[in-house]
Amino acid sequence: MSSILHRFGTLGRLATITLLVMFGTMQLSAQQDDHGTNDGAESWEKEIETQEFQAGEMIIEHITDSYEWHIMDWDDVHITVPLPIMLYDEGKFHFFMSSVFHHSKIHDGYFISHHDMNAGKLVRKSSTGEEIRPTLDFSFTKNVLAIFLSVFVLIFVFMSVAKAYKRREGMAPKGLQSFLEPIIIFVRDDIAKASIGEKRYKRYLPFLLTVFFFILLNNLLGIVPFFPGGANVTGNIGVTGVLAVFTFIITTFSGNKNYWLHIVNAPGVPWWLKIPVPLMPIVELMGVFTKPFVLMVRLFANISAGHIIILGFISLIFIFGEISAGAGYGVAVISVGFSIFMDVLEILVAFIQAYVFTLLSALYFGMATEESH
Amino acid sequence: MSLINPGFGLVIWMTLAFGILLWVLAKYAWPAITDALSERERSIEESLLAAEKAREAMENLKLDNEELIREAKDDRDNILKEARALKEKMINDAKDKAQVAADKIVESARERIESEKKAAVVDIKNTIASYSIEIAEKILREELKDKKQQTAYAEKLLSETSLN
Repeated sequence: MSSILHRFGTLGRLATITLLVMFGTMQLSAQQDDHGTNDGAESWEKEIETQEFQAGEMIIEHITDSYEWHIMDWDDVHITVPLPIMLYDEGKFHFFMSSVFHHSKIHDGYFISHHDMNAGKLVRKSSTGEEIRPTLDFSFTKNVLAIFLSVFVLIFVFMSVAKAYKRREGMAPKGLQSFLEPIIIFVRDDIAKASIGEKRYKRYLPFLLTVFFFILLNNLLGIVPFFPGGANVTGNIGVTGVLAVFTFIITTFSGNKNYWLHIVNAPGVPWWLKIPVPLMPIVELMGVFTKPFVLMVRLFANISAGHIIILGFISLIFIFGEISAGAGYGVAVISVGFSIFMDVLEILVAFIQAYVFTLLSALYFGMATEESH
Repeated sequence: MSLINPGFGLVIWMTLAFGILLWVLAKYAWPAITDALSERERSIEESLLAAEKAREAMENLKLDNEELIREAKDDRDNILKEARALKEKMINDAKDKAQVAADKIVESARERIESEKKAAVVDIKNTIASYSIEIAEKILREELKDKKQQTAYAEKLLSETSLN
């Protein structure tokens, strides 16, 4: 262990300590079923308790964000990583750990909704009895932790790779460096250079590489079913949205005269499509926003869909298991087989989606910076 | 559907985290990596070019060497040819000289033989003459032994000798 730590240097030591702290704060808490007595929370609790295995709910629960990182249940022992909840509501800040919900379903009037748009999110009852979200919810959720973990891993990995390049200047790559080098070169040559052009690709390469590896790592971690994987980061529309907004901002700010002219006055289009009704400019302008929107939806939908299918196969085991144990085991054989197939497919999809997002971003940058010809 | 309802907090955290990631990597990791990569590619390119140049130089050197060898071979061939010609010439000259000498020897031998032969013939002639005289003398002496015969022969000779 120490030798490994020594090898990875300070960054490695830091990483290990962080992980240890993380595991240290994991709580082994026997859940007590003393429900909070407040409000209508009771009614849906009863509902849920009497319900049989609900595949849909289970799946949604697994692919949406969560206020705690649930690792596993063992009879009455629930192993979770509690995470801080930070709210700003009605002019007040609220800080508490997600573990408070182990003891009571309601804390300070806040509880986790099970309805519609806000399902799985923290809400409170308004004066009219409706569930409303707090004004601002900065909670450090499962996905946030997963994002920071992957950010940390990426920084650690690429800093050490960068160090390797400096240390072994002019020499053949080795270890992690040689594993990542072909991917870096692939992003540089086949994505950045091919889409943006030899002259201008250098400005965009850092963003493209970062996006590519961020998406790839989180796609892959998303397939791993246990901590620290299993968070559906790239299958979260908020995350993909932020990435798409980055692409959108960079595209918009690199847009040259030619790019904007192309939007206002698309060449090669009959004049009556522009005047008197500016049909083409409207379509082009919509295109400016639909491009990143599509980026956001594509990544989110692809990754979420893959997870839903895998979880669906696994759910089959429990659905049949409720009918009879034998049927459950029987279906398990097939389900596990299909799940493995899907997992392998997901690994492929992880690469493809990272590639597609990066390639399309690069293409948009290329379009924005293209010289008139 | 909560699935398509992005959490505000998550968006803020994600922006922050990804911003940090982008900033750190763009500042400390990517330039070092891409620079090192292009530097290495450049050096590989240069090395390849240098190797190509070296190869060409070698090729030229080899060509030069071949030229030299060919010239040397030509020189050698020329020298050999000349030597051969010289040898031929020398042999021929020698032959000619020998021929002349031999001819001379043969000529003088022939002259000698001729003169010897002449001397011998003269000698034989003289000998034969003296033998003939001797024989004639002896015959005459035999025939003119008695007086009668001498007188007869003298008369016969006288008769044959007409006095004109």
